[in-house]
Amino acid sequence: MKANRKKRKDRLPGLAVLPLAAFTVFFVAIPLLYIAALSFLKRDVLWGVTNEFTLENYTRMLDPLYLGTFADSLELAFLTTAVTAAAGYPFGYFMARLPKKKKSLMLLLVTVPFWTNALVRIYGWIILLRSGGPINGFLVGIGLIDAPIRFLYTYGAVLLGMVYSLLPFMILPVYSSAEKLDWSLVEAARDLGASKAKAFWTVAFPLTMPGVLSGVVLVFIPSVGLFFLSDLLGGGKIMLVGNLIKNQLLVARDWPFGAALSLVLMGMTALMIALYRKAAKARDLEGWF
Amino acid sequence: MDDIILELDGLQKTFGAVEALKGISLSIRRGEFITFLGPSGCGKTTMLRCIAGLEEPESGRVLISGEDMTGWEPNKRPVNTVFQNYALFPHRNVFDNVAYSLKLRKVEKEEIRRRVAGMLELVQLPGFEKRMPNQLSGGQRQRVAIARALINNPAVLLLDEPLGALDLQLRRQMQAELKRLQKQLGITFLYITHDQEEAVNMSDRIVVMREGAIEQAGTPSEIYDRPKTSFVAGFVGTANLIDGVIEKASAGTALVRIGQTKAEIAGSPLFAEGDKVRFLVRSENLLLFTEPRAGCLPALVAEYGYAGGMLRIVLETGNGARLIASRQGVGAEFAVGQTVWAGWPPKSAVPVDLPEIGEEKAL
Repeated sequence: MKANRKKRKDRLPGLAVLPLAAFTVFFVAIPLLYIAALSFLKRDVLWGVTNEFTLENYTRMLDPLYLGTFADSLELAFLTTAVTAAAGYPFGYFMARLPKKKKSLMLLLVTVPFWTNALVRIYGWIILLRSGGPINGFLVGIGLIDAPIRFLYTYGAVLLGMVYSLLPFMILPVYSSAEKLDWSLVEAARDLGASKAKAFWTVAFPLTMPGVLSGVVLVFIPSVGLFFLSDLLGGGKIMLVGNLIKNQLLVARDWPFGAALSLVLMGMTALMIALYRKAAKARDLEGWF
Repeated sequence: MDDIILELDGLQKTFGAVEALKGISLSIRRGEFITFLGPSGCGKTTMLRCIAGLEEPESGRVLISGEDMTGWEPNKRPVNTVFQNYALFPHRNVFDNVAYSLKLRKVEKEEIRRRVAGMLELVQLPGFEKRMPNQLSGGQRQRVAIARALINNPAVLLLDEPLGALDLQLRRQMQAELKRLQKQLGITFLYITHDQEEAVNMSDRIVVMREGAIEQAGTPSEIYDRPKTSFVAGFVGTANLIDGVIEKASAGTALVRIGQTKAEIAGSPLFAEGDKVRFLVRSENLLLFTEPRAGCLPALVAEYGYAGGMLRIVLETGNGARLIASRQGVGAEFAVGQTVWAGWPPKSAVPVDLPEIGEEKAL
């Protein structure tokens, strides 16, 4: 009896992991292997793939057209990350300094957008930005401009959509590390002769850097792949890697090439995370600055 | 007076409905080791923060070396603080922590290196430059915090319960070391604590604070031997507070009646016959006799044992009041339940809670 119970107890952790393990194998590992295998095959003339091995899907990416797409995507992702960091850092930092009641209200407001579908919220932006929309209407109304400005279907609109969608992912990690910041350290810096700005740059900022780094990863990675934003706000004129993959898989039906693009994108993302880890570790070991 | 380094003039501060400081005025001499002693929430930390510039008083002034610095930014004031939790920068090593204020002042590199090394020598942490704060013990962090605050030769060093987190043995050792540092450097130390033993051990002068006001300021012996109020008497040392009525007042000693007993205590010009009076007898000044004796209170031995290396005898008097006597070493043996007679040398029975002479006049 006793032995039996002990045995069951020992087995329990193993059993608990089983659903997660099964999920990972069936929905992550196998599809990934499938995509990897697909990327080395030749596409069939009409539909599907032939089982002929080729590296052509990868060499094809060296075409300036596709390299340009990668470059554009990275540029937009860097820009998005930079703008969200510039806007999200002060937001998260000052939010952590608010009195408790206001803090929880702000936290609620930051998370409210998650309650509705991202697509719906982007349609909201389309309504705001279009030529006959309220923003142009207002600008024309007060006589600042004569004719509506073309906001929609521009690079700026895509960037705006990206920043808008991903800003919370910068604010929240910055907030959480600013929340943990021991304020007496800033006071100690002030006491030792640092001006407000100096105390911020030498103490508060380096100590909230982990939040910024997490925010950068959380913003940069999705911003390379968010294809629907450039479809909706860029009018399909701005081609990003995400759009390219979607087109290959759904429109051109070139599954092997789409698979190869996906893997390269994944590789780039993994590289980013590796760099982040290295930066985070270096910070722990040697101290920032 | 040019030897006054810090002057507080009517400092007042409220937090919401709480009056943290009710008009603190005090002058502190150059080179003094002054301790603000009081229970938590008595306003002593708020007062220190007002001096450092981390908090602004609603009214009143802070003068440092004769200059009114009320409203000045903390970085412009010639004082430095050792914080309660040390507040070492966790992302900088010991060298960078200690060198922080020198780097801000753009002191030349070689001089910084030399001064940091000298300072670490002074706090007995030579060669610790490359360590990170999380690689140090509590006592070592404390030394780094002190070195960091002292390196700029502040006019006043403010210490906010710096030894609170250390264990007793280390605390005693650090007390002696702080005292040595203060003597050696000749810098004015303004020390804050709720530990009366710490205050008595280190200070030239103790300021007892209570509910945002100064209760009494004086040398450790004044505070200990001649406390003005029952609060001060109870906060520092073990106090027996006894109530009585004046039978005969005179300048030297006064005769008081406590229940059936008549005993002598130290006199006061404020005494008048028939006045109610409360007086203090320190536990070590309480004399115990096994035979009835004139001027002594009969009492029963309620507890008998050792506490903190001292023999401690708890007595119960007829009206239910408790008296505590303490003795060094063994001395006479007493048994629980035994009747004893407790007395005191008249000069060591000090009246407390007397109205101030000024107040008396106002009445």
